[in-house]
Amino acid sequence: MADLEEGFALTAVPLGSGPDGPLGVEQSDKTDQFLVTDSGRTVILYKVSDQKPLGSWSVKQGQIITCPAVCNFQTGEYIIVHDNKVLRIWNNEDVNLDKVFKATLSAEVYRIHSIQGTEPLVLFKEGAVRGLEALLAEPQQKIETVISDEEVIKWTKFFMVFRHPVLIFITEKHGNYFVYVQKFNSRILSKYTLLLGQEEKCVIQSFSTSVGRKFISLMSLSSDGCVYETLIPIHPSEPEKNQRLVQSQLLKSVVSGSARNGVALAILDQDHIAVLGAPLPASKECLSVWNTKFQTLQTSKELPQGTSGQLWYYGENLFMLHGKFLTVVPFKCEVSSLAGALGKLKHSQDPGIHATPHFVNWETSQGCGLGSQNSEQSKRILRRRKVEVSVQPEVPASTQLLATIQKDSEKHIEVELRKFLATKRTPDFHTIIGDVIIGLLGRCKAEPSFYPRNCLMQLVQTHVLSYSLCPGLMEFALEKTDVQILQLCLQQFPDIPESVTCACLKVFLSIGDDTLQDTDINMESVSDYMDPVQDGEMEGQTAFLQNGFSPEEDNCDSCAQKLKEKPQATADESTSCPVTTKRAALFRNAVLHSAYSETFLLPHLKDIPAQHSTLFLQYLYFLYLKCSENATMTLPGTHPPTLSQIMDWICLLLDANFTVVVMIPEAKRLLLSLYKFVKSQISICSELNKIEVSFRELQKLNQEKNNRELYSIEVLELF
Amino acid sequence: MGEFNVHRVRFFNYVPSGIRCVAYNNQSNRLAVSRTDGTVEIYNLSANYFQEKFFPGHESRATEALCWAKGQRLFSAGLNGEIIEYDLQALTIKYAVDAFGGPIWSMAASPSGSQLLVGCEDGSVKLFQITPDKIQFERNFDRQKSRILSLSWHPAGTHVAAGSIDYISVFDSKSGSAIGKMLVDRQYMGVSKRKCIIWGVAFLSDGTVISVDSAGKVQIWDSATGTLMKNHLVSNADVQSIAVSQEDSFVVGTAEGTVFHFQLVSVTSSSSEKQWVRTKPFQHHTHGVRAVAHSPTALISGGTDTHLVIRPLMEKVEVKNYDAALRKITFPHRRLVSCAKKKQLLLFQFAHHLELWRLGSTVATGKNGDTLPLSKNADHLLHLKTKGPENIICSCISPCGGWIACSTASRFFLYRLNYEHDNISLQRVSKMPVFLRSALQILFSEDSTKLFVASNQGSLRVIRLQEGGFTHPRAFQPQSGTVQSMCLLAVSPDGNWLAASGSSAGVHVYNVKQLKLHCTVPAYNFPVTALAIAPNTNNLVIAHSDQQVFEYSIPDKQYTEWSRTVQKQGFHHLWLQRDTPITHISFHPKRPMHILLHDTYMFCLIDKSLPLPNDKTLLYNPLPPTNESDVIRRRTAHAFKISKKYKPLLFVDLLDEKTLVAVERPLDDIVAQLPPPIKKKKFGT
Repeated sequence: MADLEEGFALTAVPLGSGPDGPLGVEQSDKTDQFLVTDSGRTVILYKVSDQKPLGSWSVKQGQIITCPAVCNFQTGEYIIVHDNKVLRIWNNEDVNLDKVFKATLSAEVYRIHSIQGTEPLVLFKEGAVRGLEALLAEPQQKIETVISDEEVIKWTKFFMVFRHPVLIFITEKHGNYFVYVQKFNSRILSKYTLLLGQEEKCVIQSFSTSVGRKFISLMSLSSDGCVYETLIPIHPSEPEKNQRLVQSQLLKSVVSGSARNGVALAILDQDHIAVLGAPLPASKECLSVWNTKFQTLQTSKELPQGTSGQLWYYGENLFMLHGKFLTVVPFKCEVSSLAGALGKLKHSQDPGIHATPHFVNWETSQGCGLGSQNSEQSKRILRRRKVEVSVQPEVPASTQLLATIQKDSEKHIEVELRKFLATKRTPDFHTIIGDVIIGLLGRCKAEPSFYPRNCLMQLVQTHVLSYSLCPGLMEFALEKTDVQILQLCLQQFPDIPESVTCACLKVFLSIGDDTLQDTDINMESVSDYMDPVQDGEMEGQTAFLQNGFSPEEDNCDSCAQKLKEKPQATADESTSCPVTTKRAALFRNAVLHSAYSETFLLPHLKDIPAQHSTLFLQYLYFLYLKCSENATMTLPGTHPPTLSQIMDWICLLLDANFTVVVMIPEAKRLLLSLYKFVKSQISICSELNKIEVSFRELQKLNQEKNNRELYSIEVLELF
Repeated sequence: MGEFNVHRVRFFNYVPSGIRCVAYNNQSNRLAVSRTDGTVEIYNLSANYFQEKFFPGHESRATEALCWAKGQRLFSAGLNGEIIEYDLQALTIKYAVDAFGGPIWSMAASPSGSQLLVGCEDGSVKLFQITPDKIQFERNFDRQKSRILSLSWHPAGTHVAAGSIDYISVFDSKSGSAIGKMLVDRQYMGVSKRKCIIWGVAFLSDGTVISVDSAGKVQIWDSATGTLMKNHLVSNADVQSIAVSQEDSFVVGTAEGTVFHFQLVSVTSSSSEKQWVRTKPFQHHTHGVRAVAHSPTALISGGTDTHLVIRPLMEKVEVKNYDAALRKITFPHRRLVSCAKKKQLLLFQFAHHLELWRLGSTVATGKNGDTLPLSKNADHLLHLKTKGPENIICSCISPCGGWIACSTASRFFLYRLNYEHDNISLQRVSKMPVFLRSALQILFSEDSTKLFVASNQGSLRVIRLQEGGFTHPRAFQPQSGTVQSMCLLAVSPDGNWLAASGSSAGVHVYNVKQLKLHCTVPAYNFPVTALAIAPNTNNLVIAHSDQQVFEYSIPDKQYTEWSRTVQKQGFHHLWLQRDTPITHISFHPKRPMHILLHDTYMFCLIDKSLPLPNDKTLLYNPLPPTNESDVIRRRTAHAFKISKKYKPLLFVDLLDEKTLVAVERPLDDIVAQLPPPIKKKKFGT
């Protein structure tokens, strides 16, 4: 659970700031010390844990600080800008700001950024950026204009991505927002247009960012009270082009839509954000911590004296203006888990309560997890619904994608699809994917030349699809005999009808080996036991050692004798994989894993030509022999078919095709070995039954021995 | 703590009767259970499943149906054709009414509780009106051609479903006329069986009727159209019982010992269409399940294997405490064994007879775990059979071994025993006063000169025993206005105090000399399961069904310091999680600080001088501390010395300071005396 501790006011005297609040709170080079810049003339250095100021500096009467003081972490000096163009650098020993280093620049400064591990950066109001050293070397150098007229920088942040400094700033022009990402290792400036995805009147009021592996996540708090997330690629594909960024909604109605000021947002960690603002139009302003992963409100703190809509977050402290005082709220946040999000984190040690085993609750399992959210959560959803009524539904990216599918080229669809898949997954992600596939298939039917194979593969591999979501896909792949897609579908769809499974099997069995050579197939499930070079001697043994039970010589009837006449041939047959290519075998493994119901599968199996079913039987028998090679009765490799799956399929095939198979000469040997195997199984079962009976007798004897003594005197020592 | 010679007794050949019916009362959270010998037991599910009341059985009174009506009134009906109402306060049978329809197979109380319906052998369904003090015959429903084995009311009380042989009838409960008939298929797995017996029916408010039958089917019918809607084949054997809870969940029990839970589940997550799905199978019984009940949070089942099984539904249990665990109740929560310590005699109580055994002896000594050679084996001295069809309610042997007393519902027996070397002579004391009959508890004083008898209607009497007879039956002054029957008695070894406890009214302590109430122990929420008064100190030790143990000083009329300490610190969580009640408490004859108590699965010697265990210490330490130094042993030692070596235990007592007697009843021995279960094949094709 996130936990906001009791806050405390930093300044004993109110900041002479007016309604705007302080200009900035920045870290200094010592932990626990922060530079607070008043919007007037003063910079104060605070030690937070002691709640007292360590130093204070002011500019002359008539001058005004325009950019908050920052600390140069490399030198330990402090930097401010006053009157837009005058830069001052000083350190702790200096008393009077008038007498410290001064440099007058040629353009107006927007902000100075400084973070640990790199030199400070100066961002000018026209969008140009300079390193501090380079600027100080020649203060009057010409500063170019980067952003257009009337564009105003709204927000900016400087951070390190993989040890390289990156500056991001957002500008606004006539209600449009542009994101600039300046990377200093490659000196590339990327410009993005931020698509708001809702009605125009929404004004973004606060931003915050965090850095992920591939993306910079930009969160924005809009005037409609919702939090949106935008993912900015760290390595853009076409840096020079003006690209567009799409916002996705993360949280709804975290603050009241009508609150025009006093709203701010800060990302605390991967899953938590802090929001400053009034949750309801009439209520007091609040500091609240939300879990974005589970969309739950974790904790909240009321700020009855009002706040200024500024929020800074460093380390474990949140800084904000409360009334006229700068307030620090220490904050703790545990790693988010479902239990924590729902407020049900397990108590560490409670002897009275024991963990109960997992059980299936039939009444709630149908809700697919939605029902399992606790009442607090559902109440909140209700509240959100109410708000939703007034908000127009946003135009989802998926509709755009669906439109693209209908007309654009295959290549373009692929690009769009990749973009779509990169965005955050919404709860209805799987239905959208299903719609996309149906859209693609519809177009395939209309245009015979159109076959977006890569797109389909990519979509199937999202792991969210099922047969019923895209009913036409497998039929279409069957039509095209695209074994690769069929294999993927068989592996990933949980609900394939038996007729389709059987049709796949038929395709796999009938497809030519040369066609297979050209296709690229995932073979990891068979690679371990399809080694064509086998040790003949060892295999010869396994053919007769089944389940650890070896039928006696005289048990073998004449058929078995015949088999033995050609031991070499038998060994060959049972050891080498009967399927010529490894790939064909692989398809069958995909088939073997699929779920089925015997009654529905049997009629379809009857349609398989006899030669094919013999081949399949041979392959299954081969798998069985492979299984019985080791003690655990399993096949090597990842996701191997289990012994019972293999046996079930053998039984099914024989049930369906026995009358045909029995007539085929080449199947005779196989049937004989199967017959022999079943016979040995029957004798094992009868032996087991015998053992069980004798074991029970033994148990009875044992009990009698124990219970015979109805009376005894024993010695017992109690400790 | 010391070494004991333990007389490990396994010759108490006790076999509980199979369970025939269970009836759950939602209002009081109590469960009534009837057994094949006619015994009816009441379990309080709120009080840790304690069996708080019982009505003794009767040979001719095989109950076939049991139900609660009009709030908390309990009725039973059986093959003798009588409907019986039980008096739950006085613990007697209030009255028996003959229904004049031959053996009664089924009974159901109307949803309002004001009417009672019985199904008889002759095919008649009879409606009785429940009046405040009796029941009155009202009307016959349309007569059917064969016996009515099951009955169920529509929740609105307008219709009644009756299961017969091969068909289910639907009656209009106002007019009593049969308005529908649903024929059940005789076919069973393709083979036509002779008859299909409808063992159970349940009527739901939407008009659905669920039936269970001898062909192993659970069928769901639409009573309005008389059509079969769904058929679940759940067993190869009979499905013998059904119970419904809250219209969305029911439970059936089969002759193979399996219990199936069915739930009304939506077909898909979005649609409102629902269907009955078999959700959970449970196999807690070795033999057939004859009766099931469904409380809001648990499935309850009982059958031929004599276990009462309470299986909580995990999704309905809110707090995951010990109540969420499976309970299996096999043995009665009262004492069936009494002991004459001086003569080393054990008296065993069976349903219709008593057995007296003398323990053997040994001269050898040994170390922990040894079995000593016997110099004299145990002797079966006496087999005392009571006359009449009634079960024995209680029995007792005097501490000197000279007297045996026992009681049935209508008679009280007192015997004088004389021992001359190896010969025993038995003499019945005749002309026992009539008011002693139907005693619920009998107790002899420590010096065997007085006999205390707690009868029903709350009376408590003392008899002075003399050679060859008795005098002075005197009654204790009853508590004003109570008819609460006393179930448990304890007398102080000095003979001055008598403690008595009813099923709920707390513990009263009487002064024996003045026959007056001395004090009442403050009432506690949970029923008392065992009582005893310590020698010398006259401290009353009380065990409750929630596993709390209190020590109350009778002379000081307050809880003792030790008891307060225990309550302050609280018992060890494992102690509180035991699921059988303490049924007997006794004391070490030489060490006043030691208390012996036992439940079915352990016995415990509490040494009050040692520190109490807290939740971090090991409560059960069955292994001897072999290589630990004395310091560690002393540091880890705590007051509860527990042994789980002997189980299931029916009785443990201290014969003298070095000798224990433990009466065990292994479950295998009970199973060996039950009829064989339906055999299921394990291997093969």
